[in-house]
Amino acid sequence: MSDPTRPTRGDDPTTPTGTPDATSAPHPTSAPDPVGVPEPVGAAEPTRAPGIQGDPAGESALFDPADEVTEINPDVDIAPEDIGVPEVAEGEKLLEVDAVTLRFGGVVALNEVSFHINKGEILGLIGPNGAGKTTCFNVMTGVYQPTSGAVRYLSEPLGKRKKFQITKLGIARTFQNIRLFANMTALENVLVGVDAHHTTGVVSAMFRLPKHRNEESQGYARAMELLTFMGLDGKADELARNLPYGDQRRLEIARALATSPKLLCLDEPAAGFNPAEKAKLMELIRTIRDQGYTVLLIEHDMKLVMGVTDRIVVLEFGRKIAEGSPAEIRDNPAVIAAYLGVDEEDAS
Amino acid sequence: MSTAATARPQDSGPGFRERVDNLPTAAKILLWALFAVFLFLLPLLNIPFITTEGSDFGGVLFTVATYVLVALGLNIVVGYAGLLDLGYVGFYAIGAYTVGVLSAEHGKLSWVVVVPLAIVAAMISGVILGAPTLRVRGDYLAIVTLGFGEIVRLTLVNLEYLGGAQGISNIPKPPGLELFEVPSIDWSSGAPVVDLDTTSTFLKFGINDFVPYYWLALVVIGLVLLFDILVKDSRVGRAWEATREDEDAAELMGVPTFRFKLLAFALGAAIGGLSGALFATKSGFINPQSFELLLSILFLAAVVVGGAGNRWGVIVGAIVVSYFPERFREFADFRVLVFGLALMLLAIFRPQGLLPPRRTVRAKRADDRQAVLEEGEASV
Amino acid sequence: MQFLIDNFAALTVTGLTLGAIYALVALGYTLVYGVLRLINFAHSEVFMYGTFAALWVVMLLGGRPGAGVGPVVFWVAMMFVAAMAVSGLIAVLLERVAYRPLRKRNAPPLIALISAIGASFVLAEIMGLRSRIVAWVGLEENLRDYVRNSRNNAGMPTIISPQPIFTVGGYNVTNVDIFVIIGAIVLMVVLDQFVKRSRLGRGIRAVAMDPEAAALMGVNRDRVIQVTFLVGGVMAGAAAAFYMLKIGITRYDAGFILGVKAFTAAVLGGIGNLRGALVGGFVLGLAENYGSALVGSQWKDVVAFVLLILILLFRPTGLLGESLGKARA
Repeated sequence: MSDPTRPTRGDDPTTPTGTPDATSAPHPTSAPDPVGVPEPVGAAEPTRAPGIQGDPAGESALFDPADEVTEINPDVDIAPEDIGVPEVAEGEKLLEVDAVTLRFGGVVALNEVSFHINKGEILGLIGPNGAGKTTCFNVMTGVYQPTSGAVRYLSEPLGKRKKFQITKLGIARTFQNIRLFANMTALENVLVGVDAHHTTGVVSAMFRLPKHRNEESQGYARAMELLTFMGLDGKADELARNLPYGDQRRLEIARALATSPKLLCLDEPAAGFNPAEKAKLMELIRTIRDQGYTVLLIEHDMKLVMGVTDRIVVLEFGRKIAEGSPAEIRDNPAVIAAYLGVDEEDAS
Repeated sequence: MSTAATARPQDSGPGFRERVDNLPTAAKILLWALFAVFLFLLPLLNIPFITTEGSDFGGVLFTVATYVLVALGLNIVVGYAGLLDLGYVGFYAIGAYTVGVLSAEHGKLSWVVVVPLAIVAAMISGVILGAPTLRVRGDYLAIVTLGFGEIVRLTLVNLEYLGGAQGISNIPKPPGLELFEVPSIDWSSGAPVVDLDTTSTFLKFGINDFVPYYWLALVVIGLVLLFDILVKDSRVGRAWEATREDEDAAELMGVPTFRFKLLAFALGAAIGGLSGALFATKSGFINPQSFELLLSILFLAAVVVGGAGNRWGVIVGAIVVSYFPERFREFADFRVLVFGLALMLLAIFRPQGLLPPRRTVRAKRADDRQAVLEEGEASV
Repeated sequence: MQFLIDNFAALTVTGLTLGAIYALVALGYTLVYGVLRLINFAHSEVFMYGTFAALWVVMLLGGRPGAGVGPVVFWVAMMFVAAMAVSGLIAVLLERVAYRPLRKRNAPPLIALISAIGASFVLAEIMGLRSRIVAWVGLEENLRDYVRNSRNNAGMPTIISPQPIFTVGGYNVTNVDIFVIIGAIVLMVVLDQFVKRSRLGRGIRAVAMDPEAAALMGVNRDRVIQVTFLVGGVMAGAAAAFYMLKIGITRYDAGFILGVKAFTAAVLGGIGNLRGALVGGFVLGLAENYGSALVGSQWKDVVAFVLLILILLFRPTGLLGESLGKARA
């Protein structure tokens, strides 16, 4: 239905303004997001009210924000389960984007983009709005087929694999505009993720065969661990749509983690967060990595990315303009030019 | 099935349910058993007012039961998987005609063999229709299925092999047993009196007494309901719901959405075929007029009126859609009109159906709160 | 096959005539779908009311076969005025009663469809019960000719007797055929220009493209929707008048099958696309006629539906693609 690359507008034309629908970008990401002009780490955060307008969760804007900062439980073991995919040694190449070009008609969305992600690292994918970050994600998760070039995962090209097959291979993602299963509970949302590696069919379910029972109990345990890790265990039976905004973001990450991915792709997970929440989120991402996940993080707030990533790839107009450690990126003239060249109006 | 819920859909809902939920298991089982016995005896109790005057109550109850069955099947497609099917009558017809063709028109197969074949035939046609069309957009699916329903009906009319416009008659009855007689209740004196002359034979599938067919349908409903409950509460049910909520996101969470949509479609078709087979069995005669498109709309209405996604809701919906027109036959000329009005009013004033899924009630409350907040903001 | 070749011209002309009527009705589906993203299930009844309006106005004015040019022109003109007015009115009423309350409540599309189905039943049944309703009001004496046999076919006197104008491949193309085809195309062009150039037309396109942005730009969405329904209804009314000239018979449930066909035409051409509706209508009319010539006329409707399914499978956005607003991916 809606195009995941263009999430900034109300996607569904049938729903008039202000629909209380958790799936359609509750905090409009078209809200003035700070284009993180390169600045020394620790400089003042651009001031803004995070996603107040049009917030369908409603309460968060009107009640004490302290209510909704959910504390995570970093000690819960959420390490990925064995999903039958070959292991890669720490620091080895996990996924490689090799000279990927993507054209829509005459528009070149990605132009010969190449980079790779090593096992166990947090890679930042940054760039101004419209640089092709989400498009890049979409190519990696099978939403689009590259016009030329290839995405290689565990040294094998993804080829024409379907989206759900890629997920089963161990690539999971979240969405820039939250796309939870709004009318399912938090627990059920996570269970859908766990189910990715389950095989219970109608027959097993109908006769309650051991396969069904094992998968259900083990899946339930894993889902509850993830919810506990995210501090959402108390809200397991709440409908996803009724959760506060911050919880919805965390639930999306929990759902993606539930598929036990080798590579977790987070698409602007901090959108709509205030600085305190952003800091917590970065901590969360680090904890997730420490539990044995590899993370690819899209973010256009540079300052944020600097603090948490091991390496950064910078895109602009569908091209890779830089790659390197946070320190290298901070001093890269091309990156500075890219960010300074875009003023506020163009960015939003 | 609860007639109590039909009468007072709003207030008795959650309170009643919670009270039942809190009972000890043994009491719950006892309650269910009593309720089942009541349902089985319903056509013989001849309860005043509920019992239809002009037409045989057993026959009416059988019709209601087939609608309930159809609604349960269609609920899997529309309510769980979120696929709008306007041609469900096609599967119903395929089930009925499989029985008719194999046991009367071109074969003499036994009823016991023919009914499973009808289910399989409907399921296969569901896969054949679904495999190419489930890839198209949701709102197009409605029209494709509408076309399918019409294609099936027109094919039945035009193919002499299938009986043409005259249809198929003399469809054999299921094998019976004739174990014992069940007496009915006579209320003509104003008080219930056991009437030993008017009885139904357990289990003789005759041509005058439709009560045994109703019993058969009740048993089938029970089995389908059990199947529904077990499958819904599993990976399969979750996959359906996730697909309904957000197909792309579901796919990216590892749900092979197409496969699950096709599964829902095939299962729904199978249940539709099963109800069609029962219909053919009871009436002994089928022709294309029994499978007009209006029936598809009625089926869909049953699901939506009751509350798509809630199996108890769609059962109530099916009863409303099928029973009231029979009960109020004196207004027969006006029943489609009244029905149309009812659909409009329902859509406007109770869009989640009479008995929405329980979670939707909570969601609705949250929405209402939100609406209040938004109005407040808008006036600023 | 031989039948198809022998009668190719005849099949083509009648196919185009029928296709022109489909196309006009299809416009209503396409316009409403473009603006609201919902299938206006009750549009077929809008058309049906138009046929009755046309029929009754001819009866009222004493239309009869074999009159001179003057009266015929007058009758035909009044037919169109009445049919377009009544259909337009019904369409606007429909929007008010069946859709607007739902829109105010943000009901899901499925519910809108149910409401539309309900409205469709109500409209058709009112027409089917018109004798009862009239008797109830006590007007059965005065209106007998208009309401009798309300469940059966109602026929209109042939006010334009089909005269062959020229012959193509052995088929006499009549004045009625030419009038219907040319008339439908002219109306389509007018509508196309209206949507392209007028202020309201721009509003329609804006809402179709992005309802929220249009609202922010000051487009009154409710008004645009109302105009959309009105325009679709008026077009269906014109189709109804053409239909009565060509076919001459209507019934309380005549809308249904024509509505499904017209919707097929809209999808065929690319729903939401005005020119697509025209192309879709003609393609459907022709395909139906050729197809039924090949496999037998009793399969005519099957041909239409099979065509619909094939098109959706191989070109889901229709022949011309979706426009009016953005196509939804």
